[in-house]
Amino acid sequence: MADISDVFFVDGMRTPFGRAGEKGMYWNTRSDDLAVKATIGLMERNAAVPKDRIDDVAIAATSQTGDQGLTLGRSVAILAGLPQSVPGFAIDRMCAGAMTSVTTMAASIGVGMYDVALAGGVEHMGRHPIGTNADPNPRFVAEKMVDPGALNMGVTAERIFDRFPHLTKERSDRFGMLSQQKAQRAYDAGKIQPDLVSVAIKDADGAWGLATEDEGRRPQTTMADLAGLKTPFRPHGRVTAGTSSPLTDGATMSLLAGGGAVKELGLTPKMRMVSFAYAGVQPEIMGIGPIPSTEKALRKAGLTISDIGLFELNEAFAIQVISLLDHFGIDDDDPRVNAWGGAIAVGHPLAASGVRLMIQLAAQFAERPDVRYGLTAMCVGLGQGGSVIWENPHYDGKKRK
Amino acid sequence: MTDYDSIDFSPLHALTDGEVVTHSRVRDVTLASGKTLALITLDNGRDHTRPNTLGPATLTELGEVLDALAVRAGAGEIDAVGITGKQYILAAGADLSDITRVGSKDNARLVAQLGHKVLGRLGELGVPSFAFVNGLALGGGLEIALNSTYRTVDASAAAIALPEVFLGIIPGWGGAYLLPNLIGIENALEVVISNPLKQNRMLKPAQAFELGIMDAIFPAASYLEDSLRWADGVLTGRIAVERKNTPGKIERAVKWPVAIKMARGMLESKIGTVPASPYVALDLLDKARSGTKAEGFAREDDALADLVVGDQFAASMYAFDLVQKRAKRPVGAPDKDLAKKVTKVGIIGAGLMASQFALLFVRRLQVPVLITDLDQARVDKGVAYIHEEIGKLEAKGRLDADAANKLRGLVTGTTDKTLYADCDFVIEAVFEEVGVKQAVFGEIEKIVAEDAILATNTSSLSVAEIGSTLAHPERLVGFHFFNPVAVMPLIEIVSTDQTADAALSTAFVVAKALGKNGVLTADAPGFVVNRLLAKVMGEAARAVYEGTPVADVERAFAPLGLPMGPFQLIDLVGWKVAAHVQDTMTRAFPDRFFSHENFHRLAELDEVVEKDKGGRVTGFTKAALKTVKPHVGSQSVPAEEILRRVQDGLAQEIRIMLDEKVVPEVEDIDLCLILGAGWPFIDGGASPYLDREGASERVFGATFHQPPIRGIAQES
Repeated sequence: MADISDVFFVDGMRTPFGRAGEKGMYWNTRSDDLAVKATIGLMERNAAVPKDRIDDVAIAATSQTGDQGLTLGRSVAILAGLPQSVPGFAIDRMCAGAMTSVTTMAASIGVGMYDVALAGGVEHMGRHPIGTNADPNPRFVAEKMVDPGALNMGVTAERIFDRFPHLTKERSDRFGMLSQQKAQRAYDAGKIQPDLVSVAIKDADGAWGLATEDEGRRPQTTMADLAGLKTPFRPHGRVTAGTSSPLTDGATMSLLAGGGAVKELGLTPKMRMVSFAYAGVQPEIMGIGPIPSTEKALRKAGLTISDIGLFELNEAFAIQVISLLDHFGIDDDDPRVNAWGGAIAVGHPLAASGVRLMIQLAAQFAERPDVRYGLTAMCVGLGQGGSVIWENPHYDGKKRK
Repeated sequence: MTDYDSIDFSPLHALTDGEVVTHSRVRDVTLASGKTLALITLDNGRDHTRPNTLGPATLTELGEVLDALAVRAGAGEIDAVGITGKQYILAAGADLSDITRVGSKDNARLVAQLGHKVLGRLGELGVPSFAFVNGLALGGGLEIALNSTYRTVDASAAAIALPEVFLGIIPGWGGAYLLPNLIGIENALEVVISNPLKQNRMLKPAQAFELGIMDAIFPAASYLEDSLRWADGVLTGRIAVERKNTPGKIERAVKWPVAIKMARGMLESKIGTVPASPYVALDLLDKARSGTKAEGFAREDDALADLVVGDQFAASMYAFDLVQKRAKRPVGAPDKDLAKKVTKVGIIGAGLMASQFALLFVRRLQVPVLITDLDQARVDKGVAYIHEEIGKLEAKGRLDADAANKLRGLVTGTTDKTLYADCDFVIEAVFEEVGVKQAVFGEIEKIVAEDAILATNTSSLSVAEIGSTLAHPERLVGFHFFNPVAVMPLIEIVSTDQTADAALSTAFVVAKALGKNGVLTADAPGFVVNRLLAKVMGEAARAVYEGTPVADVERAFAPLGLPMGPFQLIDLVGWKVAAHVQDTMTRAFPDRFFSHENFHRLAELDEVVEKDKGGRVTGFTKAALKTVKPHVGSQSVPAEEILRRVQDGLAQEIRIMLDEKVVPEVEDIDLCLILGAGWPFIDGGASPYLDREGASERVFGATFHQPPIRGIAQES
């Protein structure tokens, strides 16, 4: 009989994130190749893990078509040079794809079926804009099950403002600006770069170059700039490009292992999984999804929100993060939250983002032995939220000096 | 010393008309250490089917880019320069179409000098240069890498080579000097001379790395990323580049001259002294032992200029074009849509030839192949041989276990001819006699479907005569292979007056599927190759029976530059076969072909000729001498006379074949001789050689080609 096991996030790496579209750095790079580079980079950095010990490869993508359509986990495993004996599959939970890859693999490890697994995600939103291959069932509209606006994420974000009038555009703009500033500070301090895998890229003239940093950052953004931006989702609305995550291309990959494998292979994990949960909400206001999922995850972990020392919340929209913080009574600019910036600054390649949150939380854990628990959480289109709570193996029980 | 900067290259501008320019685009790459590498990408804007080539406009642009980078290097803006290619290709070398129309020896020298000027810059930028050989790198493409300070290679690159000697020239953009100084003389001899002469063999990336041509090798999946990281390591001193094959003092002083001497001896015994480029290359490699790079480059300039304007290069380019283009679009082949789909192949016979056919058909077509013979024992032996050969391929890793099992399962043998009923394509490999072949086809015709294609591998019998007793002669086609079947690329596809387009089309489609080049010929005795080889062998035999020693005859043929002497060839194809072919040709054309009854006596001996260790024929064996003695005259024919006879004989026979429309054009004859008999590129097969030697003028008062295919040096 297999034994119930602890689950560890051993390591994670990702490609630099690129701006989606013709002018973006990955326009001439295949989606699956992005996932391959992330996988190779991660396996090289974790050479102590024999490749044939990988029990499964889960890779998420929202638009599973074309160059991200061929059972990604399996095809990427082959392309990345993993042995033929390593299986793989594809996953989709829209924005929480990579997070679901991790929790699915974690569950398999947790019940003792797997020892080591790879979990990640990729989204090339330039080549596969969200929804282009979707054919929504007419019943959604005919039976008034879901408002058509629910399929436009910006429209759902406007609805959060409607529901919580005390959450203002000014607060949202400030959150967006701070995200840009925090990301740049993290870059300047060299916090982000160690977990990036460089990617050879080709421009429109065929010239090769190298992607080494996230492309879409705008560190100079001011409140005045933001105040002047259009509100594309509603006339005189509140959601702008400056408070939304940009369309992004990128891939992430993580290495997970059970307690036995960690011991056997002599690994030094970066995080231990405590609990995870997903929850559904009204699709028209999908951005509040992480509130119930976080409550569920806390309940499973036997923790309260005050136990969480670091938050990595996906900034699909500033307002959507603020709504969660407001719900739990946390300040918009609480230093525990997205300390190194978030998706508004570095981008949100849908099904890849979950693991980026984990990579960033893991890196902060290493610097913060005073912190015991951290939360990664994100909202999901069509009204869902996902949350994972992690424990810091570096935690020493001492207060921060 | 040549000051390349003071040379006026403007005469080359005329050659840039129509050049597909490979552009040099630069992007700065920031390496992990913070250092900046300016990365040049060579890209002609076409897909991989039109590789990057290096014409004058391309080189000029690259030169300007490198000059600008040298300035930036001087200003401290960049720490290194990298150069790589578009997907799958670094560069396939100089643009050959340019080189054939340089117009003058001075311009030919300018082509060499421009290459030296520009590529040489890669070693003089003030910062290290890194060639990232991401794919195909031939000739000038590889010389880009050799001129760079460091080199990495993509483990999946298609091929790496210096094929110049194959085409009658030499690596003239630094390769002949730089390579031996990088990887040692013995390795360089292999790459520059031996490989091109082995049917233009090329290196796999791992071999190039092993030889020391490349400093590092990385897998394709992250080749450029790994290479840039490696370059960063070299720049920061984290990685020390070791070159274990770089020649030291002792190698230069002792090993180098010995290796050159041995190579020269090998060359002389293997290819004779007619081909110019291997010896020019040898001299360049010899001299690369000492002196400066500038001196080496100047030697290459002169050598390339000499060769480019010579007859051998002109003929080689003609031959290269035939093989690259004409061979792929066979003249006279009917629409391929008329071809019958071949789902099962029948081979009549189970001997060595039949077994070789079976192996080729099953490997290439992957359909059931049936062999048969007179009795079960012969059939079993044939099947066992084929299974053994498949086993050898499996042992070498060329086939995996499933594929080998599949092939073994597809090959069966029987003595029950009714099993041929569902064969779509039946080829015979039985004794070379009309009656035997007629009987075999007569029997099989009653069994196979009415539209099944019948093919005969006859080498000299009349296909029409073989088919004359068939109920449906229109489905019979000649399908003549050359020995060794697995290696020689030619199949003469013979059409009779009655052959239907469906049969002919099927033959061409099958030939292509077999990986061979089909050439259409009329149903004339000996078709193309054997008719002309019979001329060569007949003239050799004539001289011997007149009283010339065998060794003298072999030597007299040397200027032809054929892959082997006439008696060496006879010994290879077999004396019985040769005697039979001579009889056939003499019967057909008694006034033009030579045969001797005594030949059949010789054919019965175990060993007819003595050979040296290089395989060259040195004379008759004692038994052979005894056999021929009563029939040999006392008149030793001078070498020049023998050569003239064979030259004139070939010119005459080819002229007649063209008049008889055996093939549509003389190009097809040359193509057959190159692909079926290995006649040399430097002769362009035969006709450019016969034109330039004056044989065509002597025999029919004109030339096969107007103007004759000559080097620029001989024109005007």
